Amino acid sequence: MNAPTLIPDFVNRKSFIELSARARAQSLFDEGTWKELVGPFDHIESPWLAKQGIAPQSDDGCIVIKGKIGGSRAVAIAFEGAFQGGSVGEVSGAKMTAALDLATKDSEAGKPTAAVLLLETGGVRLQEANLGLAAVAEIISSALALRQYAPVITIVAGTVGCFGGMSLVAGLSSYTIMTREARLGLNGPEVIEQESGIDEFDSSDRALIWAIHGGEQRVGMGLADLLVEDDAGKIAAAVRDFVHKGVPEKHRSEQVELYRARIAALDTSSQIDPATLRQQWGNPKGGVR
Amino acid sequence: MNEQVGLRGKAWFKALTGSDTPKNGDPHSVLATTAAVGNESALFLCVVPDKDSRFPCVRDGQVGLEEAFTLATHVRAVIAEDHDKPREAKRPIVAIVDVKSQAYGRREETAGIFFAAATSADAYASARMAGHPVISLVAGQAFSGGFLTHGYQANRILAFDDAGIVIHAMHKEAAARITRRSVAELEQLGHEIAPMSYDVRDYAKLGLLFKLLHTDDPLHPTSNEVAEVRKAITEAIADARKGKLNLSNRWESEAAKETRKGTLEVRAALEAQWFNE
Repeated sequence: MNAPTLIPDFVNRKSFIELSARARAQSLFDEGTWKELVGPFDHIESPWLAKQGIAPQSDDGCIVIKGKIGGSRAVAIAFEGAFQGGSVGEVSGAKMTAALDLATKDSEAGKPTAAVLLLETGGVRLQEANLGLAAVAEIISSALALRQYAPVITIVAGTVGCFGGMSLVAGLSSYTIMTREARLGLNGPEVIEQESGIDEFDSSDRALIWAIHGGEQRVGMGLADLLVEDDAGKIAAAVRDFVHKGVPEKHRSEQVELYRARIAALDTSSQIDPATLRQQWGNPKGGVR
Repeated sequence: MNEQVGLRGKAWFKALTGSDTPKNGDPHSVLATTAAVGNESALFLCVVPDKDSRFPCVRDGQVGLEEAFTLATHVRAVIAEDHDKPREAKRPIVAIVDVKSQAYGRREETAGIFFAAATSADAYASARMAGHPVISLVAGQAFSGGFLTHGYQANRILAFDDAGIVIHAMHKEAAARITRRSVAELEQLGHEIAPMSYDVRDYAKLGLLFKLLHTDDPLHPTSNEVAEVRKAITEAIADARKGKLNLSNRWESEAAKETRKGTLEVRAALEAQWFNE
């Protein structure tokens, strides 16, 4: 007698994290509606890396795809975490800014175009330092301009996570989607340990890192909107929902008084316990799927 | 360059506004006041060191949670008060920048400094998009997340031209370590590769600045120098009012045509393909 074969769901699901940035972006669009813009065959590379003996990549690690999501106009802009840590260089940063600006232009002309940002990035590419930092400031500005007309949706799926200047872009997005494998913060644990010492942050303490930066915590404390399983179908469905929801009445990053009061109420005499903070700030609207 | 970060910012805040005391209810690390510039009044903002801050990782002039939310509060108050005024009557906002970095602390990460920084950048950018001239005066250091939180959303950026001015993504020692170079190698590369340089005169080549200014001793400005800086701020305000509300002046500047060819090329290509359906 044969025992019935039980195949758990995770065997059949299509992992999103295992996809390249390009495949991730493609997987969000309605079939047959998308095309990639300024792709690798346009050969617009970083003008700075080769001078430093580093091989450039012909898309500079930034993929732009335009098409329809749930029938609505949208553009996805994805940083490839496998190229230079998903870092923001002159070209990759300008690509994101330009795509956001074009979506704004279309939106102003009565064709609302949502943006989906796939952020797997350690922040500014130090080999292009000041042009990377300037690009982040420009991305922030252009994302805020588009946000007036159409939602800006950020996905942090992992495994690089979203750190440095680009974490501000997640912070001002209309909606942020995370997985349990994703991390979101301004400074990574190694940087804090280096700058402020191991007593401040022990970067080998995995449990601590996930308790602070992990997707479950960020959604739980209300600084991200939805925790999704590592499943390409579920992530695409979540994006469709947010595209249809449109621009929120008030963006989180406009709610200064609420969060200023929360910071004022913190006891800073010792380190802050992440679980307690999650309870205090708890986000009843944050969902899991 | 061993002077303490934040002292130049404080000195210039005092010189331009006549005050250097924090407002009631504000942390002692943020200076905010309304003062005259040209023939109008402007909101001046500055982040300064507070050695008694209840957040240990901001005590040397870093930008942390309280600083970001306080800046955002002041900027948003001015946006709300001037909501119904025409563009030419919207109050200018002047950010005096001398910040070591963002705060590198566990308290800050736990409570979401990424989000706090976003609210401040959002407020400054919203002010600019609403028509307020937003001017940054880089009086000392302008590092990384500190600059993104306080100053980098300005329509026009002014900076002094001396060796104490550093505008950069990361301080030398850390940047050298992460890119696996010695500090000497990093400095050498800075001479060849403008965006990597720590010299403000190289930074000026990137086309991001409105103007470089000079003072003999930035910690002790003379009355003539203060008058010159005030004049430059007034010019920057007038220029901002004539210009666009976005940051396109940065990549459309004369200097950017030389140093930001990659930016211009990718923008042109994307625009051509976007509309070619």
